[in-house]
Amino acid sequence: MNKGRFGEFGGQYIPETLMDALYELEEAYNHYKDDPTFQTELNGLLTDYAGRPSRLYYAKNLTEQIGGAKIYLKREDLNHTGSHKINNVLGQTLLAKYMGKTRIIAETGAGQHGVAAATAAALLGLECEVFMGKEDTERQALNVYRMRLLGAKVHPVTSGTMTLKDAVNETMREWTRRVSDTHYVLGSVMGPHPFPMMVRDFQKVIGEEIRVQINRIENCLPDAVVACVGGGSNAIGAFYDFISDDNVRLIGCEAAGKGLDTDQHAATITCGSIGVFHGMKSIFCQDEFGQIAPVHSISAGLDYPGIGPEHAWLYQSDRAEYVPVTDDEAVDAFEHLSRMEGIIPAIESAHAVAHTLKLAKEMGEGKIIIVCLSGRGDKDVAAIARYKGENIDE
Amino acid sequence: MNRIHDAFQNQKAFIAYLMAGDPNLAISAEYILTAQEAGADMIEIGIPFSDPIAEGEVIQAASARAQAAGTRLDGVFEMVASIKDQMRIPMVFMTYLNPVFVYGYERFFAKCTEIGICGVIIPDLPFEEQSEAKSIAAKHNIEIITLVAPTSEKRIATIAESAEGFIYLVSSMGVTGVRSEITTDLSAIVSAIKKHTNIPVAIGFGISTPEQVGYYSAIADGVIVGSAIVRIIGQHGEDAKPAMCEYIQRMKQGLAGV
Repeated sequence: MNKGRFGEFGGQYIPETLMDALYELEEAYNHYKDDPTFQTELNGLLTDYAGRPSRLYYAKNLTEQIGGAKIYLKREDLNHTGSHKINNVLGQTLLAKYMGKTRIIAETGAGQHGVAAATAAALLGLECEVFMGKEDTERQALNVYRMRLLGAKVHPVTSGTMTLKDAVNETMREWTRRVSDTHYVLGSVMGPHPFPMMVRDFQKVIGEEIRVQINRIENCLPDAVVACVGGGSNAIGAFYDFISDDNVRLIGCEAAGKGLDTDQHAATITCGSIGVFHGMKSIFCQDEFGQIAPVHSISAGLDYPGIGPEHAWLYQSDRAEYVPVTDDEAVDAFEHLSRMEGIIPAIESAHAVAHTLKLAKEMGEGKIIIVCLSGRGDKDVAAIARYKGENIDE
Repeated sequence: MNRIHDAFQNQKAFIAYLMAGDPNLAISAEYILTAQEAGADMIEIGIPFSDPIAEGEVIQAASARAQAAGTRLDGVFEMVASIKDQMRIPMVFMTYLNPVFVYGYERFFAKCTEIGICGVIIPDLPFEEQSEAKSIAAKHNIEIITLVAPTSEKRIATIAESAEGFIYLVSSMGVTGVRSEITTDLSAIVSAIKKHTNIPVAIGFGISTPEQVGYYSAIADGVIVGSAIVRIIGQHGEDAKPAMCEYIQRMKQGLAGV
């Protein structure tokens, strides 16, 4: 025990068949994270290929309209492939290549992680297979085609609830079938150690850039950093550099779906309890007998019944706050940001925007809020139109 | 109470798996007794779980059927308790960790003892994470069965030295399910295990024919058959008794030395 722990959370609760691969991965990661050749190549990719650093943009219209705290957007949506997912995927796929793996597999919810994985595989010359809940392949059909276009094979997952958690189940099963030449590029700060630590390390560039950028613009630290949370990778990426800055509030926004008074939400911290699933001890939506609950969110990327172990720890130790945001609130924010700033956010990120709109008013003038705009919303346009009652084809 | 080592006394063991609540709990109780009558030396009772990540399609489907039939953990306990006095062979649970963790280790293992369960197989609790559950299980005389996989080579000594009950040797890569061919060099793994422990080794995953039973029971101390039995129950529903009985008898005949 005590490997990869965040307080009581984390660990390696995984079938024996995969344990050797986790040891191999941990060893390789610990070696290459300090290896100058690896780091130079990764930093080169992040800069020249992914387009880092991403911009920190002052949302002037939004700020003035609300008349409260200043709102800055950390523009992860401007990265190549349109979300923060590329940061982690370039790191892990490059690592897989250094480890001599020839094939990567990945789960995906909204498709952003799958697209990023397919992209990195195309760039670095690895085979790629992506597992995606059948329901998600339908609500994110364009991303399925994108992955295929990039040379990846997409497997629709028909087990369980046919969404993100089932895609993770199926990718883990596939990894136990074929582990010697294959690396599982896990998309979030979840799963067994070393994934939560490694994915966080590949995403922490978000917060490190925020610190430099806000210091240059405002010459101070932000008062709050806000991000949406499914598994929690963009949130941990934005939060991590500020954990020891006690005056910076860290706020994660989880999917309250159709409302916390219904059973159709994915508000893990708000409604969940401690359990062990997908390789980690953390907080999960589950019943009294430890059966994982079916969850719902308008956002495929937040439609997950658990949360990364480091978030569970940040919550339990009172360092970060987690708030629920409903489908309706997220859709309003999706439209509002589009109209006010000409920026269409991913429906996942719109959850963070929705809370920021309330928070800016509460915190008032003189304060600074940074919201991580984790992805762009092009992928969601058709689904939101349908949500609003317009019948359009993608 | 029946203990795990009873199953391996002076013989090779045939271990039969079935999913509690498939097709329903009352029938599961009958099927456990059927397996005993047909000659099984130990019964492995699956507790249905929403997300069985180590299972292939056959057992996933059984888990889903059991849940759809309304099977809950407290019902599984009652079912096992109801046949406890008729059981002459040991029974173990096969469950994912979360139902155990959420029920509470203390409560869960106490319940196991009460209803005649003598061991627990938890596929998502590798050796490295066992300490939190193991001491509590030991207090209640429940043995936690450890798995060894074809990829466990570097850790066999550590795993075997602290193993209890029996070692569940996973025959091949992947999830549970019937396989026509297993290419792992299992006799080498069994030898490696035996250097570090005297407890029995049983091979499972992918075994479905009497020929396979013969071959693997010659290498090890026993074999575990799951998906093939579960498939029969899946096909015959509430009327699986004759087919199941015939199958287990035929498989049992395949055991080395029988």
